[in-house]
Amino acid sequence: MKFSYFPGCSLKGLGRAYEESLLPVMKHLGVELVELDDWNCCGATAYMAVDEAKACVLAARNLALVERSGLNQVLAPCAACYLVLNKTKHYFHDYPSMKQTMDRALGAVGLRYRGDTPVRHPLDVLLNDVGLDAIRQRVVRPLKGLKVATYYGCQIVRPYATFDDPYNPTTMDRLIEALGATVVRYPLKTKCCGGSLTGTVPKAGIRMVYILLNEARKRGADCLATVCPLCQFNLDAYHAQVKAAYGPVTLPTVYFTQLMGLAFGLPERELGLQRAAIRFQWRPAVPAAPVPSPVPA
Amino acid sequence: MSTSSTETPPAGPPAAERLPQETAQTPAPKRSGPEPKIRIHRTIKYESDRTPGFGRDLMRVPGCEQLERCIQCGTCSGVCPLSIYMDHTPRQVMALTRGDFKREVLHSHTIWLCASCYACTVECPQEIRITDIMYELKQRAIHEGVYPRKFPIPVLAHEFNAMVRQNGRITEMVLVIRLFLKTSWLAALGNWRLGIDLLRTGRFSLRPERIRNRGDIARMFDAIDGSKGGSA
Repeated sequence: MKFSYFPGCSLKGLGRAYEESLLPVMKHLGVELVELDDWNCCGATAYMAVDEAKACVLAARNLALVERSGLNQVLAPCAACYLVLNKTKHYFHDYPSMKQTMDRALGAVGLRYRGDTPVRHPLDVLLNDVGLDAIRQRVVRPLKGLKVATYYGCQIVRPYATFDDPYNPTTMDRLIEALGATVVRYPLKTKCCGGSLTGTVPKAGIRMVYILLNEARKRGADCLATVCPLCQFNLDAYHAQVKAAYGPVTLPTVYFTQLMGLAFGLPERELGLQRAAIRFQWRPAVPAAPVPSPVPA
Repeated sequence: MSTSSTETPPAGPPAAERLPQETAQTPAPKRSGPEPKIRIHRTIKYESDRTPGFGRDLMRVPGCEQLERCIQCGTCSGVCPLSIYMDHTPRQVMALTRGDFKREVLHSHTIWLCASCYACTVECPQEIRITDIMYELKQRAIHEGVYPRKFPIPVLAHEFNAMVRQNGRITEMVLVIRLFLKTSWLAALGNWRLGIDLLRTGRFSLRPERIRNRGDIARMFDAIDGSKGGSA
């Protein structure tokens, strides 16, 4: 199994713990990721919102580079990248005028986008290509007793969800259960975290963060598991502001890949857990079995 | 923030008499005497407040076509996590847009508070892509320069775009610092603890991320701007 890997800006910056945990976990499962050469910003929400044509052109350059690389699928772990790359693909097929714009822009730099590369999310690949059985076989340190609120956020399930339900997604729930942990009922799993509003309009953004943290705590969760670098940042980094406005709610937020790494017995230091402001600590009740060698790619 | 619907009750002629001029860009005439104690808003719209063709023109943009089918059910306002802070709910923005109330819509906070969560888009029974319509309205507000000065969201968009054009990638910490410099120093100081957390956890990086073929981005943008008649 081999994918072109599009990390995006966040996974090299504030969300680097996501990349740090994703790469060893995928390698451990025999999924080979080849970082896309010379990838650029996907366009992201900030660009999409102010110049849709340019955002699509930015995304199209990446998709054209994937096609040129000879790999036939691209893995986009960041929720915003996943959305924008998929949206661009839809626009390319649905709107002749957008296709023309993309063709012209890419032509200026000697690239061409054909429009047929599937854009995949790690949850999709893990459940549908790797499979839960293969994942269960790798678990040497079951997360028994750990209660997890699975938080999907907005942009991987809306509006271009292809592998999960936009109202009640369950892929991450099933994955976390396969690791031995307990998934608590968390109806806010697809509510918005506030996005960039935590920085730009804190009054609104911090309230949204508070609601998500408080609801997870009320339901007995030990941590929140996310799939998005911005969700992780918002839920992790603004505890002081939440405390000032609403009282203390302390709950760590981890990437689902970090929980996978722990269950696979990979060293904590290599999973980026030390990068969270609210440190997640888990002492297993069950002693770890020896770690088997990775599946050959 | 919005001045279009704010009347200045004590001075000047009654509202109905000066409507055609009072609507759009004309600022309220300078008044002498004390400020009125309460701000009175006109709560109905007049035909003369419209910019005919605005809605129709917007519905030609890819992604915005379905607006025509809006049944004003209010599902979008109900699911929107931010509608409690908005001056016009998403449902009202849809109606105002379709009804050509350009000035009202472009001055509304709503378009800036939208966090792009797509809840409205997924729930809309008429399959209207409300998030995409909000995007189009933001773009038009930026083009016309009608947003509050130093308001962080358009500033963020501007800085983001400039950085992408130059480097091809975003260096998040540099972006955040530029945003604070151009909007509010005080807000930056208020977040000192966040900065320390980021330093402590090794996420505070100012090293610029760049692509190799940096000219590519500018060349691509110029190729599409050229065909639009040189608009930025």
